[in-house]
Amino acid sequence: MLQIDDLKVTLGGRDILHGISLQVRPGEVVAICGPNGAGKSTLLRAALGEVPAQGRVTLNGQDLRQGKPQALARLRAVLPQDTQAAFPFTVAEIVAMGQDAGDFAPEPGLVRRALAEVGLDHLADASIQTLSGGERQRAHLARALAQVWQPVGPQGARWLFLDEPVASLDLGHQLFVMRLMRRYADAGGGVVAVMHDLNLTAMFADRIAFVIGGRIAACGPPDAVLDPGLLERAYGCRIAMNTAPASGPWFVPQAAQAG
Amino acid sequence: MVALSPDLTGLRTPALRRFLTPGLVALLVLASLWSLSSGAAGLGPGQLLAALTGDGLSARDEVVLYQIRLPRLAMGIAVGAALAVSGALLQGLFRNPLADPGIVGVGAGAGLGAVLAIVLGGLLPAGVLAVTGSHLVPLAAAFGGWVTTLLLYRIATAGGQTRVTTLLLAGIALAALAGAATGVLVYLADDRQLRDLTFWGMGSLAGATWGKLAAALPLIALVLLMMPFLARALNTLALGEAQAAHMGIDVQRMKRRAILSAAAATGAAVAVSGGIGFVGIVVPHLLRQADGPDHRRLLPRAALLGAALLVLADLLSRSIVAPAELPIGIITALLGAPVFLWILLSQPSAARG
Repeated sequence: MLQIDDLKVTLGGRDILHGISLQVRPGEVVAICGPNGAGKSTLLRAALGEVPAQGRVTLNGQDLRQGKPQALARLRAVLPQDTQAAFPFTVAEIVAMGQDAGDFAPEPGLVRRALAEVGLDHLADASIQTLSGGERQRAHLARALAQVWQPVGPQGARWLFLDEPVASLDLGHQLFVMRLMRRYADAGGGVVAVMHDLNLTAMFADRIAFVIGGRIAACGPPDAVLDPGLLERAYGCRIAMNTAPASGPWFVPQAAQAG
Repeated sequence: MVALSPDLTGLRTPALRRFLTPGLVALLVLASLWSLSSGAAGLGPGQLLAALTGDGLSARDEVVLYQIRLPRLAMGIAVGAALAVSGALLQGLFRNPLADPGIVGVGAGAGLGAVLAIVLGGLLPAGVLAVTGSHLVPLAAAFGGWVTTLLLYRIATAGGQTRVTTLLLAGIALAALAGAATGVLVYLADDRQLRDLTFWGMGSLAGATWGKLAAALPLIALVLLMMPFLARALNTLALGEAQAAHMGIDVQRMKRRAILSAAAATGAAVAVSGGIGFVGIVVPHLLRQADGPDHRRLLPRAALLGAALLVLADLLSRSIVAPAELPIGIITALLGAPVFLWILLSQPSAARG
């Protein structure tokens, strides 16, 4: 269980998050959505202890912000928006770093399997510095996966925290990665992801925490949260909501100005 | 820039990986034997072999071997290993292949510490001097290097990222400051201290003695012992401080250890050899090209290659213009400065800005 209680972030005298509370259960994919500058990434990073904040965040009962790094590394893995490696490690070496950080060091072949999960096994021996943005993002996702390979461990559920995991991916790989998140949660793990793409989110997330101006404006299942009124208020443009029987609601911004 | 930074991961074949470490050991052994058997005194490979197999040496040859060449060789090995490892540590810490103790001012800071100890060490309470003994100069150099590295880290690293420009410019500024302070101290020094300073500042292994080596060795040994505890942490640090923390590394503790180790290695090397440039940048770079940046392999191999390289550079420095000697710093700079430029030009443009 991820429990966020009254998380507040103030940067340079400006309140970025005004006391956010959120619970996520294992088995759920929860997406954090909202317009640019709403505080989505800040919420994720504050919950993980990367940003100074007030409030309490626990993961399976452990303090997520100030817990022991080694114990937390076995409980959750993190994918940031973009990661630049300072040295030309191979993709396989990067993924092995994740494996070493979790409890999975004795599992042979795990690096290859994690790479296959993100469709990068053919680039295992390439330098991470020569990959495209989308390939790099998937390589680091494989690293995160290798760190928390089994969704349930001795300390309960394991967790993936992903900051825009599909932002630089093509359509096919977006679906590929969303399915991977879904499978991880279905197997008992927890997934918290900052997402921009409402259509993909509606297709795969169990719940959406919609953030506007540093507050959660709505939180619940996609079809309850994503109503055209909220979206117009959030994005400042008209958005048409259509429904397709197979994939749920989908959204198209309208060229005409809102109002 | 693509043309200047070819993707050399193709070099990283299993055969190279397997033979690199034994190859480096062999290189160091051969370089050492060559170094021991060459010099003005005419003690050649034949006599060396005789000494090794237990046949007697003449009294004169014994002095040459045990009091001149062996300490000099041992000093070359220790200093080369220390410089190369401290370069690799600084590069890992600053996440940048251009960080070299000589270039980013750590060497100058260590030099200031050494000069402080030489000139003002006599003012210390007798008790302190009794405890530190001959270790005073290396310890002071390590302390100077430590303060400089801390300052450099504060200045050049913000939010877990280091900008190369800031790193290099801050290094220049800190080196200038340390140089100015060193200049003042030299001005204050009396004749005997000036003589010590001159010997110290020559950047040479010519003054090697067993005593000097013993003074610096504990610091170097400390760093070599720290390497296994830093290697994995430095690997994850390459992905940034936040990622290293999420991967289970106590980042603050690791940074303290890395800074302390790099400063101790630089300090030890500077204290006994007066600052020899570019070893710290050339050695890790060559090794990364050959078998990748994994610090678990890079750090121990840097010690081996650094030692071998410095032994060979020392050999060159005393054979090119024999019977005179070139300062060894000239040799390492001739080798190292082009490599530095090569790395600089092959940096991704974003990292250079």
